[in-house]
Formats: sequence, C-alpha cells, structure tokens
Amino acid sequence: MPTVARRALSPIRLRVRPGGVLPILALLAVLLVLVGLRQPDFLDPPSLMSFLGRSAPVILLAAGQYFVIVSGEFDLSVGSLVTAQVVVAARLIDSDPARTWPVVLLLLVFGALVGLVNGLVTTRLRVPSFITTLGMFLILVGAVYLWSDGAPKGGLSEEFRRFGRRASEDVPLLGRVPYALLVLVVVAALAVLLMRSDFGRTLVAVGDNPRTAQLSGVRVWRTRTVAFVLSGLAAAVAAILLGGYSGVSFQAGAGLEFGAITAVVLGGVALGGGRGSVVGAMLGALTLELLFALMNFYGVSGALRSTVQGAIILLAVAVSATRSSSR
Amino acid sequence: MSALSLLPARRPVPGVFVALALTLAVGWLVVLVDGGQLFNQATTVSLLHVAAGLGLVAVGQTLVILGGSLDLSVAYVISLSTLVAAETMNGSDGALLPAVGLALAVSAGVGLLNGLLVTRFRVNAFIATLGVGLLLKGYLDSNYDGPAGATSPALVQSLGYQRVGPVPLSFLLLLALTGATWFALSRTRFGHHLVAVGGDPEVARLSGVRNDRVLVTAHVLCSLCAGLAGIYLASRLGSGAPRVGTEGLYDLESIAAVVIGGTALAGGRGGVVGTVGGVLLLASIDAIFNQLEVDAFFKQVIRGVVIIAAVAVYARRALRKGAW
Amino acid sequence: MRRCLAALAAVTLLSLTACATDEPGGGPAGGSTSAAGSGTGEQSKFFVQADYDAELALLDATPTGPADKPWEQMLNPTMVDTSKFRKAGPHKLCFSNAALNNPWRQVGFKTMQAEVAAQGSRISEFVHVDAEGKDQKQIADINDLLGKGCDALIVSPNTTATLTPAVEAACKAGLPVVVFDRGVSTKCPVTFVNPIGGYGFGHVGAEFVSQRMKPGGKVLALRILPGVDVLETRWSAAKVAFDKAKVDVVGVEFTDGDPAKTKKIVDDYLQRYGTIDGVWMDAGAVAVAAVEAFQDAGKPVPPINGEDQLDFLKVWKDKGLTAIAPTYPTYQWRTPVIAALRILDGQQVANPWKLPQPTITQDNLDRYLDPGMPPLHYAMCGCTDLPGYPQRWK
Repeated sequence: MPTVARRALSPIRLRVRPGGVLPILALLAVLLVLVGLRQPDFLDPPSLMSFLGRSAPVILLAAGQYFVIVSGEFDLSVGSLVTAQVVVAARLIDSDPARTWPVVLLLLVFGALVGLVNGLVTTRLRVPSFITTLGMFLILVGAVYLWSDGAPKGGLSEEFRRFGRRASEDVPLLGRVPYALLVLVVVAALAVLLMRSDFGRTLVAVGDNPRTAQLSGVRVWRTRTVAFVLSGLAAAVAAILLGGYSGVSFQAGAGLEFGAITAVVLGGVALGGGRGSVVGAMLGALTLELLFALMNFYGVSGALRSTVQGAIILLAVAVSATRSSSR
Repeated sequence: MSALSLLPARRPVPGVFVALALTLAVGWLVVLVDGGQLFNQATTVSLLHVAAGLGLVAVGQTLVILGGSLDLSVAYVISLSTLVAAETMNGSDGALLPAVGLALAVSAGVGLLNGLLVTRFRVNAFIATLGVGLLLKGYLDSNYDGPAGATSPALVQSLGYQRVGPVPLSFLLLLALTGATWFALSRTRFGHHLVAVGGDPEVARLSGVRNDRVLVTAHVLCSLCAGLAGIYLASRLGSGAPRVGTEGLYDLESIAAVVIGGTALAGGRGGVVGTVGGVLLLASIDAIFNQLEVDAFFKQVIRGVVIIAAVAVYARRALRKGAW
Repeated sequence: MRRCLAALAAVTLLSLTACATDEPGGGPAGGSTSAAGSGTGEQSKFFVQADYDAELALLDATPTGPADKPWEQMLNPTMVDTSKFRKAGPHKLCFSNAALNNPWRQVGFKTMQAEVAAQGSRISEFVHVDAEGKDQKQIADINDLLGKGCDALIVSPNTTATLTPAVEAACKAGLPVVVFDRGVSTKCPVTFVNPIGGYGFGHVGAEFVSQRMKPGGKVLALRILPGVDVLETRWSAAKVAFDKAKVDVVGVEFTDGDPAKTKKIVDDYLQRYGTIDGVWMDAGAVAVAAVEAFQDAGKPVPPINGEDQLDFLKVWKDKGLTAIAPTYPTYQWRTPVIAALRILDGQQVANPWKLPQPTITQDNLDRYLDPGMPPLHYAMCGCTDLPGYPQRWK
C-alpha cells in the first residue's frame, strides 16, 4: 500500500496525527444541521435516543471492522455472519424463552470461532484476507441456506428480542434509552480502552508496518488473528441487536460488510492499515446512518439513493485522501 | 532498471490447470456413475458459454489486480454495456458497429473515472470502484424496470449462438483476447511497467515508470473488457438487461477466478493464462454439479472452500520458493 | 487544488446522473414534491393501460374448472390443440428454474416436487436445474437440458425478454414447452401459466388501504426494489388507485426486503409526519417489520396490506389489524406439471393459462392461518392435499 516511506517510526505518534476524527466530525455536524433544518424534533432526546439505538448494530460492526482494517486486513464475512447468527438463533431458540441465554452465549462463541478461522487462514496459510473472508462469506451464506432449506425456521423469543427492540424507560433527562444504546456505549468504551492499551498500539503498528513490528518482537500473526476474533465478536453482538430489532430474515446482514468498510473509511481509517481511530470508524457508521435518515426526511427518490450515497462516499474519501497526501 | 528485469512478467503455467484436469476427470467419473455424460455436446457448449462470459471480465480484472488495484464496478459496467449496445442497435443490423463502439466508449469512460479516482484522487481502489458502482446502480435502477432494447440479429446469430464444433465463437473471442493480453503483459513496455507497479510502486516510480498513467490504462482496459462481456451478453440475451451483471455476480466471481488462476491479489505476480484456467475451473464445477443436480447452496459452500484452498496452495508454494 | 477538483468531479457526476434520470417515473411523489396534497406525480413509464385494464377485468371474472382446486382453474380460457405432442408415458419432465433464492420460490418448488410425487408413475424422471438468478446460466441450462431427452420442458424465466432466444431454441427442438410465473416475448411455448398479475395485486391492496383509512390521509408506500417488472406493475396499479381515492402518498420507499431498513424508514416517516394513515406494500416480506415499527413507536397500526406469508397472517390475527393480503399464489407451481402431462396426453390446454389470484381478507383469514407452519410459509400454496404435507414444507 502507498506511502511506505513516510510512515511514522513510533506508533505513539499516530494518535496525535491530524486527519483523524476531525473531518468526520465536520461531516456529521453538517448532516446534523441539515436534519435539524428539515426535522427539528429529530434532535429531541427521545427521537435521538431511538435513532442511536437502531444505529447501534451498524456502529458495532464498524468498530469490529476497524480492528481488522487497522491491522492491515479486510473482513468481508461480517454481513453473512450476522445473517447466519440471526437464522441460527431463531432455529435454536424456536420461541422458547428458556433458551435465550444459552443461545446468546453460543452466538458469541460462534462469532469468535468464525473470526478465529478467518484469522488463522489469513495469517498462517497466508491467504489474503479479501479472499479468506470472501470464501467465508460464500460458505456461511450457502451453509445457512442449506441448513434451513432456504427459509428461516423457528422464531426468536421476546427475551432475545428485548436487547434490540426494547428500552429502559423513564430515564431522567433522556426519557427512553434503548438497551441497544447501552450495549453500544459499553462496547464502545471497551473498544476505546483496548485501543489505548498496549494491544491497541501493537495492532496499529502491525498495520502500519508488519515487518518493523515483527522485528521489534511483535507476533504479527497473533495480533491480526485477535483482530479477526474481535470482528467476529462484534458481528455476534450486532446480530443479537439486529435480530432483536427486526426479527428473522435472510436479509438481516445483507450488504453490511460493504456498509461497515465504507463507514470505517469514511471515518478516516486507511485501508491497508496503520492509520485512523476506532472512534472515527464508529462516527463514520453513525454518519452513514444519519445520511440515510436525512434522505428519508428530504424525500430523495429511492432509486437514486445509491447514486447519492456513492457520490458522497467518493467525495468524502477523495477530499480526505488528497488532503492527507498534500501534507 | 535492474529492479524491473528481476520481475518476470511470465511465469510457468500455474497449477490451476492441474486442478482443472483433476476436477474434470473426477467429475466425468462421478457423472458417469450417476448415469450421465459430462462431455456431451450440449453440456460442453453450455460450459464454454458460461466460461466465455466470466472469462472476458476476468481477463480485464487480471490487469488491474496485477497492477495492485481492483475493480468492483465491473458488474454494473456489464449491465450498462448490454443496455447501451442493445438500445443503440434497436434490432437493426445497420447500427451494429456504432452500437458496439458506443458501448465500449461508455465502458472506457467508466474505467477512466475509476483510474483517475484511484490515481489522481488517491482513493483506495476498493472504495473508488465500489462508489462508482453505486453511481451506476442508481442510474440503472431509476431508468429500467427490466430488459430493454434489442440486439441486432446478426450479432445474436454470430457472437451469441454461432459455434465451431463444440466451441462457441464467444469462447474463441475469449482466447483471442487472452492471447492479446498475454502478449501485452509479457512483450510490451506497458505490461512490464504494470507488473512493476503492482509489485512495488515505490521502486517502479524510482525506476522511471509513470505509475498513474499505467494504472489508469489498466483500469480503462479492465472496463473495456467488462464492456465487451456486456456486448457478448447482449448477443446472448437478445436485449439489454439492467441486472445481468449483478445477478451474475461478475464482480466477485471475476476476482475469484483471477486469484484461483494464481495472480496475487496484492499485485505484481501472476498472469492472464492462469485466469482463464480459473474461469474454466469455476465453470467446470458448475457443469458437474448441474449434471448431478446438486443443491445450489451446497455448491456455494464448495466454491468458498475451493477459493480459499486454491489461494492457500499458491501462498504455500510462493513461500517455499521464497519468491516474496 | 486537488481537493477542489475532487469536489468538482463528484458534484458534476452527481448532477449528471441526476439529469439523466429526471423523469419522475422511477421515484414518484418523493413526499415533499406533492404540494397539491394528492396525486403521486406522473404515471410510471412502465405502466401499460391495456394490460392494467385486462388484469382488473380478470379480478372479477369467474374461473372455469374445479372450485376446490384453483391451480387447475382457468380464467377466460382459449384452448389450444396439443394432439401433435401426444406420447405414451411414463414421461421425463425437465424444469429450468430461475432461482431458489427466496422463500416464495422455496415454497413453490417444494409444492412442485410434491405435485410430481403425487403424479406417481406417470412421471418417470423429473430433472431440475437451478439457474441461481443468472440469465446467462439459465440460457446455458436450457441448452443443456435439450440434450437430455426430455419429453417436456418447464421454464420459469429469470427475466422476461432475455430468455426468449433460449426458449425459442427449445421450441424448435420439437418438445412441448410450458412457461410459468414470468413470461417470455414469444408465442412459441404451448402455454404460459400465471396468475392474474402485478396490476391486480397492487390494485387490491391499494383499494383496501385507501377505503379503510381516513379520507385524504397520508399513505406510505413500501417497495422492495426498483427496476423489477413484476414489482413495478404492482406499484403503478396502486398509484392509479391512490390518485383516484385522492389520498396523500407521502412517500415511496425501497426496503430491499430488509426488515431493519423497513423499520428505520417507517420510524423516520412517523417522526416526519406524526401519523401515517395507511401503509401499502408491493410484497409481504417486510410487512411484519412495518407493523412492529408502529407498535414500537407506540402508534396504532393503520390499514395495511401484506401477503399470504404466515408471519403476517399471525400478527394480523393476534393484533386485530385492519389488513388485507393480496396474493401471488405459490400454487401456480403445481399447474405447469399438470399442464405438461395434459399436453403429453394430447388434451387441450388453455393458452394463456390464467389462474385466479385469491385475496385473504378478514372473513377467510382463519382458513389460511395455520400456526403449525413456519413463519415464512406461504398460505396460498394449495399444498394441503399433496403427499408429505406438512413435513415437506417445514
């Protein structure tokens, strides 16, 4: 990937480097103003809370994707993993509330396991992650259709759906706070802490220059594998929230991998690794979600939406890319 | 210049052909046991047609991947090209050449945009071509509700359905395109430069290669190939089809074919002959499973495994040879 | 400098694409543009008045054939002679299937397999090839099937126009061809089996919603995808009905069949307009998600249409919704097998073979709601009398 020569010597410097979260904050602010002009009550606490709650799964996926991308890899399997998890959950729970917690646990293990396989195949067998996770994508989608004979079966219990669908009522000042938002806050805090720990710095260093990292005693393969496991875990949590929010369907995770990667890049994280922050990635996802809401509020014709989305992504990334390269 | 001469553009025939031969042999046997015939005329023709469509795209994809880039917009370019061609022809043979020219020109325009975004604006190829794909998707979605236009009968009869023995004309076109691309990669300056850029952009620049120009050219050629695939599909379908590219998964399948064929996704290593092998391998798996009436979802699982396994084998070989 | 260039390029591109699509057909209304308060903008360019009139007339036509077997019924049939295809059995039937990638097609295909089983020894072999939603593959598949000694070929085309050359080639090979679901633009198949169609579907839902909601109220139209012929007809018929009823269509949105996206859209519209008085959908896949969005926002669920998927019928019954379910019945997958066998017997068949398209209403809801079946099963499968029911569909 480009700019090998310019890469920083010390990973510590990365956090202070500009071009981090400022551009995405600016874009977010612009969109918020636009939404506010059109739909002032969107910014009231109750609706803002519900917006954040429903955006939580996508933001979590962006955080998971961030770990992988900043370490210099890709994870194209997250969307199919979410679909698989939701369909598996519905069939295993089969509307029986007693099975809720065991299945939640199982989903987390399943997510971590898929991440582990992705990571090991990528690092130990040296298959580029684009291919590993593309293959995993095909395998997961095929397997889940095969297992369920082409149509989801069973159903999610109300207890399972609570995480993604219900809210903690009567919170002072804020009113309703969706459980999904609480989950998001906890995971986001963990993610930020993790990135500030030694592991976080190692992860960025590995993405920045694997050879240097290797020479300074880092086990690159292990670090990257952990990144994939984190992504799998994030997908599991996202699947639990998403299944709760909207129920069972084969469409549950469709296209989420591209959404997550776009969000991460929009948040100022460089594909190829080594640059950007997890906060930026999550803000990127939030921005994308806000963009979709904005198009709803402004009544942008449905068929043209992908054009608008494409143009904004290209514009944002081109602007920040040319900006950072002119420094 | 010494760095350039160290990077051979041509490599020995990749192992994908061994895999292909094995697959066909095993497939033939299994189908025979099942009571069928893998190599009857109809099946062979079908197989080669499927391979021709994917192959035309994959040859172009090989060029950008060799250069260290990627094109995720090809599926939309294909759909657009079928529509431009079929609507311009509108069922008349007279408009055949202008229509083909226009379809290729439009495709080249998209390639130019991709190339400029990747080079001038330094947008990562993944995002750039994904974004351009979204732009095209919006255009197609809002303007078409299904097939439109009519391909000229002459094109349908020739490129679409004409064959020489069991070999369709379109497959011969693929072979010709492969030959030309092989020549360009191994015998021309553009080819050497492209491989150099894909191998190490910094070294290439220092040795005097104009990286941007080379990459833009590769992107234009890739889109041209996709456009050509679109024209072929229009001749096959008899009209333009706004979803044929995406439904055919030509974006991901073409990348899969390229890497199965032994080209490194990071660029700088591989070749177009292997890609054709990869395409034939995917088409053969398709044909065998078709004969056995295997569930499509199971087939998808197998595809996923094959893709990963193939690349793992290449990586292992490269490691053993120390060819990094 | 570069940044400006980038911005300029992207803006130009955006405006270019926008200009190229300035006709409002693809995305009418758009909410804010409906200043007059009614009317959904220009009619879609995909609308064909004659087809619309014909389909609406069929909705009221009385079918011929056994009343308890709608899959054998015909609307306004014109019979064609098939004596030249007469052949001694048992027969080898071949089926080129567009795809199996959604629950509707899954239920339909299982129904077809059961019909084949029910025919017993009359069918010696049933060959099925799945094109996985790819035109190119289906053309190759049909060509491939022609080399397999089939007695009759059944085709469910992936797209209308593009499969025409392949189907023509099959006709030329001399075996009887039966096309169903989507048609092809050639008259060469012996018969084309399908229900009334998209205009009928869209009309039934829209008329119900506009009659039950408060006059002049706000309707949200939820569609799956733009640019798919069978879905475009549903919407353009609904548009006619809504314009006639003078209701205010505040939005036409695409959900991609994704329940999460559906809930977000409904949420945003509830926020924007306070209340929504009616919801129209072009397919039932996300009907339950739309209902949930109202429930989660603490709003009453307005008159809504879904489809015959059991999850929707169940919510309808449990929550006492004001709802209707026009159908695109999966029992049409039985008919091609029956038609092929009749043709091989030399019996006359209708061409086109128009099947009735029943609607599930409050009155007959209980008849179709079978809580024992999976949530995405289609009630109108006409499969309860087939071998293996209900296990085969579970």
